[in-house]
Amino acid sequence: MSAFSRRKLITTGFAAAGGAAGLAEAVRLADRYGLIPPDRGGIYGAGTTLTYASQRLLTRHSLAREFSPSQISKAPFAKLRPFKSQAFDRLRAGGFADWRVDVDGLVARPSSFSMAELRSFPSRSQITQLACEEGWSFIAEWTGVPLSHVLSAAGTLPQARYVVYFSLQPKWWDSIDMADALHPQTLLVHGMNGGELSMGHGGPLRLRVPRQIGYKSVKFITRITLTDSLKQFDKGGKYSWYAGI
Amino acid sequence: MADSTLSLGDAVPATTDALRHSALVRITHWLATVCILALLLSGVEILISHPRFYWGETGNVMTPSLFDLPIPASRPWVNTGYRFVLPDQNGWSRNLHFEAAWAVALTGFVYVIFGLRTRHFRNNLLPAGADLTRRVFWKDVASHLRFQRPDDAEAWSYNVVQRLTYLLVIFVLFPVAIWTGLAMSPAILSVFPILATLLGGHQSARTIHFFVSVLLVLFLVIHVVMVCRAGFRDRMRTMITGRIASQKDYP
Repeated sequence: MSAFSRRKLITTGFAAAGGAAGLAEAVRLADRYGLIPPDRGGIYGAGTTLTYASQRLLTRHSLAREFSPSQISKAPFAKLRPFKSQAFDRLRAGGFADWRVDVDGLVARPSSFSMAELRSFPSRSQITQLACEEGWSFIAEWTGVPLSHVLSAAGTLPQARYVVYFSLQPKWWDSIDMADALHPQTLLVHGMNGGELSMGHGGPLRLRVPRQIGYKSVKFITRITLTDSLKQFDKGGKYSWYAGI
Repeated sequence: MADSTLSLGDAVPATTDALRHSALVRITHWLATVCILALLLSGVEILISHPRFYWGETGNVMTPSLFDLPIPASRPWVNTGYRFVLPDQNGWSRNLHFEAAWAVALTGFVYVIFGLRTRHFRNNLLPAGADLTRRVFWKDVASHLRFQRPDDAEAWSYNVVQRLTYLLVIFVLFPVAIWTGLAMSPAILSVFPILATLLGGHQSARTIHFFVSVLLVLFLVIHVVMVCRAGFRDRMRTMITGRIASQKDYP
């Protein structure tokens, strides 16, 4: 081995070791600043991490587009996978007076709110677009209480990193990070286009996360859990956890 | 190899001057090839979940479409006229699409920076002023349409139609594909709403994304056909090793 190639080998080795160490340190730092998504592993981990990190940096103070009343869709398509639930039928028969949302996990005061209580909270209306991952979309006016208000009513603990929200539909839940959970446009929606939120659109209560694709806006919300890890809430699906796309 | 009397001098590797394609062009070419095939496969999978297109801000199965593709869908609520629903493959397709999009965007970024620094675009892709006449252009178009085998001199250079097409793909089609892709992201639009409004809305962006993809597929097909016509083995070898098969390689 000539002196030149040995020198080259050594410098290349140092550069590779330095690069690996630098990358590991960058990942550690990025994780601390909330730039690494929970589904960072696997063959798609690089792409989903790049998307999440860059969009978290870009969208720190951004608001989803809002539209004028004239742009509200005349025909908002309500995709609903049919499900049979005696509990839902019973609640609907009672006008959803007994519908409750439990808030638990990393909160100071685990709470349970009725629909009447949620309606009495300060409400916000916004005209935003719901875009489904399939490609279709519609614009509607959504009315509800900011999720941040409900979370502060229960007293979010500082360790909380994610908010997991459960549907009345069996085995259906999803989660968002605190950046989206505390975002002013993230609403627990109970009204749409001036009326009650219809069952097709997730009534009586749906979470709207307008800076993400539609599948993060879960219908029929019955429980909200704050957590520092999503390990026990793994959905096992193939869809990306972060869907700002 | 017909000529077995190779002198020692011929066995010595050619100097870098003899390279037809630089290493960076070759590496980015093949990275882009893998990415485009991944984007195409995953893009088709995503598309079949809703093979309807709209213009403007919104559109769904309850609104009139701009046009429908006459193909079955992977979701039951799209009325395609077919009696069956294809399997839903959007989960991995979306992950693959966005990962390949990142890879091709980063590859393209490196390629464009390199191309500007080494004057690759100016020297190899920008047509010479004298060649930019209608006569030369239509002559090249005609030879492309007849899928004529290019003469040997073209192994060392690109013809005018080829140059203009490559520039169109690099500086128009790919940037528009990235732009319209980003214009479908609600998070990106929360920061840059103009990406969608300039195009007429979110659904317009999706429709343009589809047409750009069709043009890229068209380019891919013609590109591969012309490579086959020019000599698939020779052109593949040149794009892999960078070297052109010398005349003595021909019997």
